[in-house]
Amino acid sequence: MKISDLLNQTSEWLKGTGPNAEIILSTRIRLARNIEGKPFSNWAAKKQATEIFEEAIQGLMDVKTLKTGMVLVLKDVSLVDRQFLVERHLMSKEQASHPENKGVVLSKDEVCSVMVNEEDHLRVQVLGSGFNLRKCWEMADKLDDQISEKITYAFSLELGYLTACPTNTGTAMRASVMAHLPALVMTKRIGKLLEAITKFGLTTRGLYGEGTEASGNIFQVSNSVTLGQSEDDTVEYLERFVKQLIGHEENARRTLLTQQRGELEDRVWRAYGVLRAAHIITSNETIDLLSTVRLGVDLEIIKEIDRRVVNELFIATQPAHLQKMEGKELTPPERDVKRAAIIRTRLAG
Amino acid sequence: MVCDLCNKNVATVHLTEIINDQMRELHLCEGCAREKGTEMEQHFGLQDMLAGLADIGEELGEETGDQLTCDACGMTYRDFRKIGRLGCPACYDTFKKKLMTVLRRIHGSTRHVGKIPARTNQDVSDKLRIQELKRKLQRSIEMEEFEEAARIRDEIRKLERKTSEGFKQ
Repeated sequence: MKISDLLNQTSEWLKGTGPNAEIILSTRIRLARNIEGKPFSNWAAKKQATEIFEEAIQGLMDVKTLKTGMVLVLKDVSLVDRQFLVERHLMSKEQASHPENKGVVLSKDEVCSVMVNEEDHLRVQVLGSGFNLRKCWEMADKLDDQISEKITYAFSLELGYLTACPTNTGTAMRASVMAHLPALVMTKRIGKLLEAITKFGLTTRGLYGEGTEASGNIFQVSNSVTLGQSEDDTVEYLERFVKQLIGHEENARRTLLTQQRGELEDRVWRAYGVLRAAHIITSNETIDLLSTVRLGVDLEIIKEIDRRVVNELFIATQPAHLQKMEGKELTPPERDVKRAAIIRTRLAG
Repeated sequence: MVCDLCNKNVATVHLTEIINDQMRELHLCEGCAREKGTEMEQHFGLQDMLAGLADIGEELGEETGDQLTCDACGMTYRDFRKIGRLGCPACYDTFKKKLMTVLRRIHGSTRHVGKIPARTNQDVSDKLRIQELKRKLQRSIEMEEFEEAARIRDEIRKLERKTSEGFKQ
């Protein structure tokens, strides 16, 4: 399997399937793990980092779930390809910008992935479509069991899994959902909700994780506590909160439909019109318009396109995806032209 | 244009703040902008927050122990305060006293509850092992992996037999 093969497949999380897929785009479970007796990645000397990398890759290649997938040694992967993996949520920005002694191991369907030598030696990820916290956790738990047969983890009975950053110590699990909340933004109710989220010991981030802004009305909600709370309890707690969040977004959508239907329809069709007609378009404008179109599709204002097409466009219009499709490097103005062309083609059906 | 904060100097810095979706424009003089700037930086940045948390000892009048060094990896507590990341698993022992305060501040707890890896050099009691296996049994049943479930069930039985024999002795 090669990186280019991914271009022809839809990531599981973009399929627009799974429970509550009209509001929850995807669910992710991430587990941080470290090899016993080794310095954490950022503090390791170069030679140690190489040893950790080799030990980790060796172990991971033996893991059943990952065997049929791909092992990527990042220093041999081009910058565009690394960016491409970031856009597909298979790797962090941080990992992409410092490729030395780093890697990613992927399952064939991109649902399971493990980053090697990010902040922790291993960052195990399961990324699924829709609102599926329990299933993703079960999968991650199992994948983690398989890995722990090959690699002895740094673990203490008192403090749990030992991680580079004390914010992850304990279960070292980050459970999160990516929620599309356009109606809460349009009705200006989002601010209060985001405030409530932090009060409940949860955090929000943008589409591309820590330190990124929420664009396209997409918010990532995750747990922040990892010590003193079991994985099952964390999943259940987040599940309950997200259900409420879904309820609020549904309410806001109903309000828009009953009280501002005309304005809403106008907004949706205008967004759709621009996307279908534009010949030059930036990625920011694209994301905002796609968000509005997606809302239109969810509310059946637009019936002629599938949610999956819109989901795929969120990622296919990102810089590295455009360049991979074109098969060469493109300058930002060239990308804006290519982006518009792809959107026109895909929306024309 | 006069500075919005001090109403005295000429505004040369123009800021847009978004709080709770409300956009606010601020026109500031250089001095006020600098103050505002540090205030804004303090709002964010996990590293700053962690460094702040790691300073608690000092606030409480304890000596900071900045020179405390981890034998395994050479990290000092000062390094940790600076970068907000530990050097190796052994750092958790070296800086234990201070870290417990940090962990309690972050998580509201200092005791792990949850998964135990199948293979660990820690001395895991049979009771804990059985607890963990029961959780896995539940998971296997939910995922309809009955062969795996049967295997785990046998393992639990074996351990339970062993513990009850232990009691008899």
